[in-house]
Amino acid sequence: MTPELHSFPRLAPGCRLNEKTQQPRTLLMPERALRLNGPSLEIVERCDGQHTVQQIIVDLQKIYSKAEPTKVEQDILGYLTLLQKERALDFAL
Amino acid sequence: MTSTIPNPLALIAELTHRCPLHCVYCSNPLELQSRTSELSAEIWSRVFKEAAEAGVLQADFTGGEPLARPDIVTLVRAARSAGLYVNLISSGLPLDEAKLAALVEAGLDHFQLSFQGAREETANEISGTKSHAQKLRVLDWLRQHRVAVTLNFVIHRRNIDQLEEMLALAESSCATRIEFANVQYYGWAFANRENLLPTRVQLDQSLTLIKREQERLQGRIRVEYVVSDYYAKYPKPCMGGWGRKLMVITPSGDALPCHAAQVISGLAFENVKDRSLREIWEHSAAFQKFRGEAWMQEPCKTCDRRELDFGGCRCQALLLAGDAAATDPVCCLAPLRPKVDAILAAANLAPVSAAAGLAAPANEPVTRPSWLYRPNPS
Repeated sequence: MTPELHSFPRLAPGCRLNEKTQQPRTLLMPERALRLNGPSLEIVERCDGQHTVQQIIVDLQKIYSKAEPTKVEQDILGYLTLLQKERALDFAL
Repeated sequence: MTSTIPNPLALIAELTHRCPLHCVYCSNPLELQSRTSELSAEIWSRVFKEAAEAGVLQADFTGGEPLARPDIVTLVRAARSAGLYVNLISSGLPLDEAKLAALVEAGLDHFQLSFQGAREETANEISGTKSHAQKLRVLDWLRQHRVAVTLNFVIHRRNIDQLEEMLALAESSCATRIEFANVQYYGWAFANRENLLPTRVQLDQSLTLIKREQERLQGRIRVEYVVSDYYAKYPKPCMGGWGRKLMVITPSGDALPCHAAQVISGLAFENVKDRSLREIWEHSAAFQKFRGEAWMQEPCKTCDRRELDFGGCRCQALLLAGDAAATDPVCCLAPLRPKVDAILAAANLAPVSAAAGLAAPANEPVTRPSWLYRPNPS
């Protein structure tokens, strides 16, 4: 169930980030909450229906330019798969 | 020690005990609170702010029927603007399209629509009202809104054979989540237990079906299944542990560590009208009573599982063992587990009467249990 690189992930209805003023930043979902650190927050902020999976990978490879690019890609795909299992994402083509 | 107490994560706001339904397993106490004792919207607004400041992430609006409060839109707006994620757990009665739109506009995040069955006959029998058709209308209206939708089914002997129909209902709707919670036996459900407990065969069939459906629906609909703990080997970590994660506020403002805590005599509950939420969380004697491990008896006291299930449920210990500090009798290590086994043995010997809405087998008379219905408070 690996996300399609050209699809546009978007947070599902009822899944949202808490406000910027609230710390720590948290993804709020039905009956669940996920604390977000640096990279996971960067990913979730881009799940807005405007970025493709490929664009998110390119963006994060720039931000984390010291990391191995294929590792960054694998981590992102793994994280998006996890969010998909949580039913936190819709993927538009 | 204040510093070792984790923050509460969710606030369960029982906004009212009034309800148009009379469900035979209602989680409200047998002694219902009246309309005149209900907290005002002003006090609830303060409570939501204090909750967010104390670290609470989510507010669960429940009841009774939370929509019975005429100021429900104000309450949703207050909780959302305090910074909380707002869940509404509702029967969908009374609701119209305009009110639903207003709730979403006020910041509602998640609508949990409760169903009593997949078939109208079952649903109406269990709720003691004609409510099923209205729920289907609400489910259809929800398509218009960007809000999470969960279908909540309370599962028992009379509807556990309808899981496939319930899943089909979810698949035909905009729901992203379906929650099957087997009845837990407190209050009204305790009184109606013999007519609600499923058989072992029913339970095993349901587990096989759920596992298959969870895989089939992965990524589309999240399927949650909570088993009746009478059938479990170990007890549930009730409320995530006493005073560890959740706070329940009753319609009149009493702060409880769990929905049923009022059955435990000798516990004094603080009221949010008199104290701040954080003060209550940290210092209330009721929250301290079963927090941590100091209160535990054997076999919990030295058990390796005590940090997993925290000794199980205190209210169940009281109801079945007569001692709120006893090991939860559903635990296979509890001295009183034979009592639970005897209850199960009786449930498994009794014939399963025809599910409502289905013709009875030729050799079985059509029987309808004599339910104790939950009334409406004054």
